[in-house]
Amino acid sequence: MENSPDPAPSLLEVRGLSKSFGAVRALQEVDFTLRAGEIHALLGENGAGKSTLIKVVTGVFPRDAGIVRLGGEEVAPRSAKAALQAGIATVYQEVNLLPNLSVAQNLFLDRQPMRFGIVREGEMRRRAKALLADFGLDIDVSAPLGSYSVAVQHVTAIARAVDLSARVLILDEPTASLDRHEVEILFGIMRQLAKRGIGIVFVSHFLDQVYEISDRITVLRNGRLVGEREAASLPRIELIRMMLGRELAETTSARAAAGEQMPREICASFENYGKAGYIAPFNLELRHGEVVGLAGLLGSGRTETARLVFGAERADRGQARVEGAPVRLQSPRDGVRHGFGYCPEERKTDGIVAELTVRENIVLALQAKRGLHRPLSRREQDEIARRYVKMLDIRPSDPERPVGLLSGGNQQKVLLARWLATSPRLLVLDEPTRGIDVGAHAEIIRLIRGLCDDGLALLVISSELDEIVTYSDRVVVLRDRAHVEELAGEAIDVGSILTAIAADGASIAHEGRA
Amino acid sequence: MTALLPRRGLAQILALIVILAVDRVVSPQFFDLRLQDGRLFGSLIDVLNRGTPVALLSLGMVLVIATRGIDLSVGAVMAISGAIAASLADTHGLPVVLAAALGAGLICGLWNGFLVAVLGMQPIVATLILMVAGRGIAQLITEGRIVTFSSPDLVWLGNGAVLGLPVPIAIAIGMLILTAAVVRGSALGLLIEATGGNARASELAGVGTRAMILAVYVWCGVCAALAGVIAAADIMGADANNAGLWLELDAILAVVIGGTSLFGGRFSLILAVLGALIIQTMNTGILLSGYPPEFNLLVKAVVVLAVLLLQSPKFSGIAAMIARLRGTKA
Repeated sequence: MENSPDPAPSLLEVRGLSKSFGAVRALQEVDFTLRAGEIHALLGENGAGKSTLIKVVTGVFPRDAGIVRLGGEEVAPRSAKAALQAGIATVYQEVNLLPNLSVAQNLFLDRQPMRFGIVREGEMRRRAKALLADFGLDIDVSAPLGSYSVAVQHVTAIARAVDLSARVLILDEPTASLDRHEVEILFGIMRQLAKRGIGIVFVSHFLDQVYEISDRITVLRNGRLVGEREAASLPRIELIRMMLGRELAETTSARAAAGEQMPREICASFENYGKAGYIAPFNLELRHGEVVGLAGLLGSGRTETARLVFGAERADRGQARVEGAPVRLQSPRDGVRHGFGYCPEERKTDGIVAELTVRENIVLALQAKRGLHRPLSRREQDEIARRYVKMLDIRPSDPERPVGLLSGGNQQKVLLARWLATSPRLLVLDEPTRGIDVGAHAEIIRLIRGLCDDGLALLVISSELDEIVTYSDRVVVLRDRAHVEELAGEAIDVGSILTAIAADGASIAHEGRA
Repeated sequence: MTALLPRRGLAQILALIVILAVDRVVSPQFFDLRLQDGRLFGSLIDVLNRGTPVALLSLGMVLVIATRGIDLSVGAVMAISGAIAASLADTHGLPVVLAAALGAGLICGLWNGFLVAVLGMQPIVATLILMVAGRGIAQLITEGRIVTFSSPDLVWLGNGAVLGLPVPIAIAIGMLILTAAVVRGSALGLLIEATGGNARASELAGVGTRAMILAVYVWCGVCAALAGVIAAADIMGADANNAGLWLELDAILAVVIGGTSLFGGRFSLILAVLGALIIQTMNTGILLSGYPPEFNLLVKAVVVLAVLLLQSPKFSGIAAMIARLRGTKA
């Protein structure tokens, strides 16, 4: 896009931005530079700090340190509205407009053309129509916004932002619910806006789209800036390395060698298992005493696989077997009954019951499994809680403390304890080390290995590739909601996982089936 | 297992003592008790007796609220069960009357539970349906009249005495013990608190959250039906227009005063009942004081405000800040 030899002047400059939530450092001295007239992709896995960066820049969260300059002048908006007035507009994945109002009313919300205190409906409709025509949209602007497709709603939100004289437009996952044709329309609009000198920040996890539309790419990981590159000269595998890897010392599987010594019994198997529109059918065998890692980018179908395996989501095809016998997994209750456990990625919303005590959280799954009429006595509960608090070194060690007051790592251990108390045969762990400080991180990994040695089958999702390589006996690589490759033993290393993730769609499909 | 009366009940007990003391000031004979025809009489007994319907409602309501729900239909369910009991009282025996009235409450509870747990409707809207329709159903049963009866069995339920205690009070105590035994004696209490605290997480931990929610609405319906029977027995008739009118609000208030959050989770049965008693003690006190009863509504509003302020984290933050400032100045 840039033809001039001199880089365009920077429009938005972020320097040394930091933000913590409690003990979690969501952003650490992050720099970000957006030039006028460029489309700049902001990439990173879940928890990398993308949304925090956006929210701090647009004043939704106050910042701890750092400066933001817009057109050379320092700005510090205190709210999204103030940011909008300064010229920074954000359109979120879930369009934040009012679906029950008309398109025209949404476009001119808060600034309707008035005469004598009365909204001039006709004038507003006429101007709305003209505005949308600029974006190639010819629709009935008096119909409710909610009656139109998500694509139209997005364009409306963008039109409103641009009409409010935005100089910086932040699009957060705008293409997530658009079809291919709608994406084309949106990209056309983005290019047109960039030509007018607007700087666009494009957040997405669709790498194809990122390469198609972006001039430059900034990658964040764990709240830190990894790097800023020209899109045209950044190989895809290098980009994925930036997003996933750490230093990427060529770690090889510590377990691989041991794994081949004895044949392991199959704990659970899934044959042609899948759900339309959720994840493509896959074959998966989980064996006692074995860790299977699921690797892939955000949105590649890792969590979807985990939820199907546990029963949190119903498969619409295929057959699941536990210890060889066919089973139906219709609900989490079924999963629990068959001896499965699942620690979800979102600990706070899907895992802990914050106001209940550590003890109550630990016994919850066991109690649910036993049923109402067989309550665990307080003595039994105390004993179970004490045993696991000690075994997993949960701190503080008071079982009567509300679990919401514990740190992330200790909450994760409480969730592990909850499932271990049910004596499971299979544990599914979705990002067990996310948002956990370094010490607890190593501890959780040690625990995973220990559990495996005790004969448990484990299915572990992680974005940290070197971590997956360290503890996995086998690694399943996912892309675009399908299992594309399975690596075992010696073949497991960060490089081959990266290659499988980055490989071109068509060729990998061949390799995967060959 | 959570103790029946946790430490956090201190505020409620203090509040009750303060209100009782005020009542003693406005009415010097407030604490007088006398035994007459094998039944105790006195203002305190009146408080307990009058407080019975709301206490029973709050026993069901507290469980519903613990699951992060609410049941607006309990007043209407009282009217239905009262109408059924009054219509059958003179032609059928007490067991049949009770079974029919409580069965109606159970069906009402199942309906509410079905709407909330199975269809996933918002509790406030789902129970609003029966709140409106229920009173209509009750009026259809009584054919728009006030149905009176003279069955001595049913009259005894409202006006008799057991070991000197009025029967309604005995029933309320019995129901409190029964509910506590079922909820805290089984795993129900923990699973209800988990469901209310975080339904998604509980579901993923294998808790049958739907069954929990269904069960609490059914129990709420049964408690409301029992309250309706007692209210009808008390006045020896059923008035479909006024039986249980607005009592759902008192029941919710009782639960809130009892410290159970409308956001669900932790609950206390006994504190909810204590909340009902606090409300009734205020009512009786205002009646005895000679102030017009309208005054009652204002006082209730002030109490609600005070309780909610005490529960609000922002307010306690401000209070703590003020305390700190005072501390540093001193």
